[in-house]
Amino acid sequence: MILRRREFIRTSGIAAAGSLVIPPLLHSCKMSRLSDNAESYMSHFEVTREQLQKVISAAMEKGADYADLYFEHSLNNTSALEDGKVNSAYSNIAYGVGIRVLKGDQTGYAYSEVISEEAMLKAARTAANIADVSGKYLNARVSELTSPSYYAVGASWEDYSVRDKIPFIQRMNDRVFAADNRVAKANVYLSDKTSYILFFNSEGLLAWDYRPLVFLAGVCIMEDKGRIENFFSGRSFRKGSEFLTNELVDEMSDEVVRKTSLLFEAIRPEPGEMEVVVGAGESGILLHEAMGHAFEADFNRKDLSIFSDMMGKKIAEPFVRIIDDGTIPGNRGSLNFDDEGNLSKKTVLVDEGILTSYLHDRISSKHYNIDPTGNGRRESFRHIPMPRMRCTYMDNGPHKKDEIISSVNKGIYVDSFSNGEVNIGQGDFTFFVKFGYLIENGKLTRPVKDVNIIGNGPQALADIVMAADDMIINDGVWTCGKNGQGAPVSMGIPTVKIKKLTVG
Amino acid sequence: MNTKEKYDLADMVIAHALKSGADQVAVTISDNRSTEIEIRDQKIDTLKESNRSNLSVDIYTENKYSSHSTNRMKKEELLKFIEEAIAATKYLAPDEFRTLPEPELYYSGGGPELNTLDPEIDSLDARKKIDMANQSLNEAYGEDERIISVSSYYSDSISNMVKVASNGFRGDSGSTGISLAVSVSIKSDAGRPSDYWYENSRFIDRLKKTDIGREALARALNKMNPKKIASGKYPVIIENRVAGNIAGPIYNSLSGANIHQKQSFLIGKQDKPITSSILTVYDDPFIPSGSGSRLFDSEGLASVRRPVIENGVLKNYYIDTYYGKKLGMKPTSGSSSNVVFGKGKRSPQEMISSISKGVYITGFIGGNCNLSTGDFSYGIEGFYIENGRIVHPVNEMNITGNMNTFWFSLSELGNDPRENDSIMIPSLMFENAVLSGI
Repeated sequence: MILRRREFIRTSGIAAAGSLVIPPLLHSCKMSRLSDNAESYMSHFEVTREQLQKVISAAMEKGADYADLYFEHSLNNTSALEDGKVNSAYSNIAYGVGIRVLKGDQTGYAYSEVISEEAMLKAARTAANIADVSGKYLNARVSELTSPSYYAVGASWEDYSVRDKIPFIQRMNDRVFAADNRVAKANVYLSDKTSYILFFNSEGLLAWDYRPLVFLAGVCIMEDKGRIENFFSGRSFRKGSEFLTNELVDEMSDEVVRKTSLLFEAIRPEPGEMEVVVGAGESGILLHEAMGHAFEADFNRKDLSIFSDMMGKKIAEPFVRIIDDGTIPGNRGSLNFDDEGNLSKKTVLVDEGILTSYLHDRISSKHYNIDPTGNGRRESFRHIPMPRMRCTYMDNGPHKKDEIISSVNKGIYVDSFSNGEVNIGQGDFTFFVKFGYLIENGKLTRPVKDVNIIGNGPQALADIVMAADDMIINDGVWTCGKNGQGAPVSMGIPTVKIKKLTVG
Repeated sequence: MNTKEKYDLADMVIAHALKSGADQVAVTISDNRSTEIEIRDQKIDTLKESNRSNLSVDIYTENKYSSHSTNRMKKEELLKFIEEAIAATKYLAPDEFRTLPEPELYYSGGGPELNTLDPEIDSLDARKKIDMANQSLNEAYGEDERIISVSSYYSDSISNMVKVASNGFRGDSGSTGISLAVSVSIKSDAGRPSDYWYENSRFIDRLKKTDIGREALARALNKMNPKKIASGKYPVIIENRVAGNIAGPIYNSLSGANIHQKQSFLIGKQDKPITSSILTVYDDPFIPSGSGSRLFDSEGLASVRRPVIENGVLKNYYIDTYYGKKLGMKPTSGSSSNVVFGKGKRSPQEMISSISKGVYITGFIGGNCNLSTGDFSYGIEGFYIENGRIVHPVNEMNITGNMNTFWFSLSELGNDPRENDSIMIPSLMFENAVLSGI
């Protein structure tokens, strides 16, 4: 997003009107070839180019190979509806700088929530302790990253007050209650986050980014003859307030009511091994858990992943092509550049059934001596970056959805999920099914619900025997957890048949 | 910020909020310092120092409620932050149930010394921390040729907080924690099994520092070449280390918010049996140096030791002020402190010896529970038991059931609660669990 030259340290995005605290403008652009935007980001964080270089020098003073500074200012606002009214709101401000120092594959990390030269130097010297020889570092020439714009914002969330949000949240509640007299409760949440990022490293690279992220979610709880069922619907994007439309609210309301009411007819299938057809879209969770994590290169460079010795090998049928993409406009998983200053990419992981790439951060791309893939991500300035997924999806295959379903004698069709997990070394993975159908003699029959599916990653990948031509990217509210860090991601897949998985 | 400075800042924020139109305000100011060290294969992999602060403020105005937090502590900015928060709150719908707690329920001093803070951790030398991690690592490193990698983890943390509410609450607390953990990965014909072990304590002197690497290695080696078994009903023993996972949905279903929002399978079950009669669980905030010990909860409510489940009968929900008003119930506390399960007489090994065909569950992977209905299904790993002995590791299986009936099949409690965790749960034996495999 192109920043307007305005004073933009806001104290709270839920502001009724834009009342601002103006930071002192510290200009130091005598020899500058930096853009106005880069200068605004530096003023935003009240740092000068000289200070950035001084802090990097301190980080490098014990002989490190590399250091970077990650400045973040995030404003998070959530409005919540319960019992028919938008009656609570929450906000959070996170502000600070993370300082990372690398020596080979070793990492030193410290952060400061106060951005002053003294505080930054102290953190830099703490992180520098990962290296223990004295080294000489000469400041590199400063160059600014030219990055694309995958999430140009129509209207900033900071200009949008809680008053503007309430009608949309209320609309979902009212539409859900109007749709079915069994609705007992509705919960609706709207949460937006705006992050200002400034990045600088020991190679002289300076980058800045404006990252919006929003989700709208609704929970519908229905009661029918003493039974209670609930369902969840969510959408998330890197978009501004143009995200909120009546059409979106209506679509989500209808979806959540329809799915909740179907649950009353749903049964839990007989446990055991069976053929599994995963529906287009949300079932991308299969890729995320069964292979995505095990493709993350930190696990592979340490030889911990079940895929560690499979690079270049055939791991799936030739029609299987799996991609991790950080460049889809407005997508929840997209980034202009990753949290290590590398440009985001569209990375092909499996091509014609052959494993072609892992997901890399800076340490692993150096380890494998290849170009970074732009997967080095961190939850915030308080966290160390590591390889993470973005939007992980599988391309269209050669089959038709009807053809796939009619090929199954006894199995299960699933298309709504709540969560999943994987064991990287053994390859066991799971995903929890909120909704699906039994398949009997080639036809969808009874709805099913609340069942865990478990399989083994490499086996499941090899067992993808059919894939349709109906790929959908799912824009649900997916947060991936790894080593205690959350990262927003998304996923997609066409209708796919897996020969055999264990259904709980 | 020291404790006095925190109180001063909290008082300033409250005074400003009241002046700016708030009817009631509560402020919590906290900070946390921590060190994390990972050593991998005898080389330091990661050194991380954290130092974070937070100020959060709950605002009640015209029966409207909002809550805000920030790590920007500059006074001028905070004042603006409060004013904006109050202005925004006024756009919300009124909610008569939103108020601060009744003052008579607040903690007002005189509680026992809980011993939650070890002053020694603050002055611990970095070298000593690294040495501790190295020692744990070396118990496993190089001890078996099948090892791919050994990592050890040291972490410590020091937390302090002050809470002030405009209707009379003032309280502060401090705590420390320290832990050592090791994870080991090994090479086998099929895959790379790994496992971990950890020890934790509030006090460095009381931290068990040995047998962490050894235990992790033994566990990883035991997991080689797992197989799944036929689907069916089996008795299962769930190891203490992971038994909390299967109790989690009960805890979530006891929360006032979930009861009121009908996302609980325990609605209307007060004073009714919800598990087999062998189970008694207390919420005990006063255990000296306990992981969850506290004199007051996050709202300032004075701690009370309460039965949660007594001989299988549900005695108390977890009710905070807001949902207490909505439900017409007296607040207990919205969150658990130390969850203390009763314990039995036998160790898991002794329980295993009495099983003719069953499964010893040592890990969960994924799965979930529908809180409205109690239906659950979780991935499991562990060991197949035959004629009282462990035969082989199992994986790629699920355990499935409904919490309302499953807990009635609880047949025995182990003698091994993990006493340094806030959930002090022993190994649990259940009859007739539905497992899906082949």
